[in-house]
Amino acid sequence: MQRAKYVLTEVLVGLWRNVSMTIAMIITMGVSLFMLGAATLTYLQVNDMKDFYYDKVQISIYLKKDVTDAQKANLDSALSDDPLVKDHFYESRETAYERFKEQFRDAPDLVNSVKPDSMPESFRISLKDPERVAEIDKKYHGVEGIDQIVDQKDLLGKVFSILGSAQTTALIAALVMAVAALLLVLNQIQVAAYSKRREVAVMKLVGASNWFIQAPFVLEAVAAALIGSVLAFLLLVAGKIVLIDGSLKDLTQYLTPLSWTKVILMFPLMAAVGSAVSAITGWITLRFYLRV
Amino acid sequence: MIALEQVTKTYPKASRPSLDNVTVSIEKGEFVFFIGPSGSGKSTFIKLLLHEITPTRGKVYVNNRDVTTMRSWKIPAFRRSIGCVFQDFRLLPNRTAYENVAFALEVIGKSKAVARRVVPEVLELVGLGGKEHRYPHELSGGEQQRVAVARAFVNRPLILLADEPTGNLDPDTSIEIMRLLDRINRTGTTVVMVTHDSNIVNQMRRRVVEIESGRIVRDQPRGVYG
Repeated sequence: MQRAKYVLTEVLVGLWRNVSMTIAMIITMGVSLFMLGAATLTYLQVNDMKDFYYDKVQISIYLKKDVTDAQKANLDSALSDDPLVKDHFYESRETAYERFKEQFRDAPDLVNSVKPDSMPESFRISLKDPERVAEIDKKYHGVEGIDQIVDQKDLLGKVFSILGSAQTTALIAALVMAVAALLLVLNQIQVAAYSKRREVAVMKLVGASNWFIQAPFVLEAVAAALIGSVLAFLLLVAGKIVLIDGSLKDLTQYLTPLSWTKVILMFPLMAAVGSAVSAITGWITLRFYLRV
Repeated sequence: MIALEQVTKTYPKASRPSLDNVTVSIEKGEFVFFIGPSGSGKSTFIKLLLHEITPTRGKVYVNNRDVTTMRSWKIPAFRRSIGCVFQDFRLLPNRTAYENVAFALEVIGKSKAVARRVVPEVLELVGLGGKEHRYPHELSGGEQQRVAVARAFVNRPLILLADEPTGNLDPDTSIEIMRLLDRINRTGTTVVMVTHDSNIVNQMRRRVVEIESGRIVRDQPRGVYG
């Protein structure tokens, strides 16, 4: 109890002693952890979306403008009997137009310039085995009334590759910031070890245990990391409110919504990674600057 | 209590060893002076006993334990059985006399209640009663060294090591510090003192071990500086 109080006081005094350095450390750690959190969220999100979309729609068969009802009925029954097809449904011009209007409701000029007549009719198909798209393509290629067969996975693949590179960029940024944060931790501990060199000398002399001598230094770095992860979490929350649910809403509504649960889940992750990394850095630094 | 067996210590890059095949033993309750010119290896001796350094060859026993093979995590507990006083006092300038002594207790996990009971007692013992709340810069050199002795003795160590404790003090003050060390010795604590203060050695008439160039050249039961 006594010792815990001592260590806690030392941590607070240590953080306050070099407050500008502490703030720099917290900010770099915060931004680094934010990048890490954002990258992890993107990763989770892409996986979710893959499951969701690949399961739902894999192929769109767009029909020609002059398609006849008989051709549609033929195609419908052919799809029903096809062993490759798990599920399929028909999308009329009107439904397609409604969807289009919904998607572009913020661009009324565009919506007004398009009539329901100019939207294509289509069959939407999901496959039992999503990998066998080519077989469907071959089988229905040239069937009367079909304009084109579009593998939605290709489209989604493009979206995912954009998200993927965003994720990689965030990870690289996180890494670079992490290096800066680690150097700051290193510096903070050197400064702390120097300003407490007399105390440390006496503690060694009278036989204070090694963990007792080192704990305040390590905990100082861990405390900064924890405050940094709170900052990172606030940045993520702000990102969700301002960007995902705010100005980028038009773009993000086509993606599966980013749940608060996931955002909140990032906090323990960032806190754990942040404190583990600074604790290890701190401990290694001490082995060089605080021979005990 | 303390024994060195054929101990040689050569520092890296040094041309000759600081201690050269030294064998010496000190019994419980003894008061021993280690004398010799600067650079003769006296301080190396103290550092070996504290396990701040390890010998190049030979064995060091303290409290009947082989210090040379001691695991590093056991060193802190081991040091609690040894008190230490230095020429430069090594007090914490931003703490009072009381706090300096209490610090030594707090950092090894003793409660504040224990400190409140023990610290005034030991400060009284070293003759600093009434000056508990002075800061080191408000105390004379002799008084600062008394605080250091109090800090070294507050854990009731079995051994008290003193590395030139009177080196920064005038002769009269030095005598007072020696009386204090003598009193501590009478409680049964083994005192090992490194010095080149001939007056003190001659007045005390205790065992004298003289070192020169890393070798023991004299070991007398009731010696003088010579």
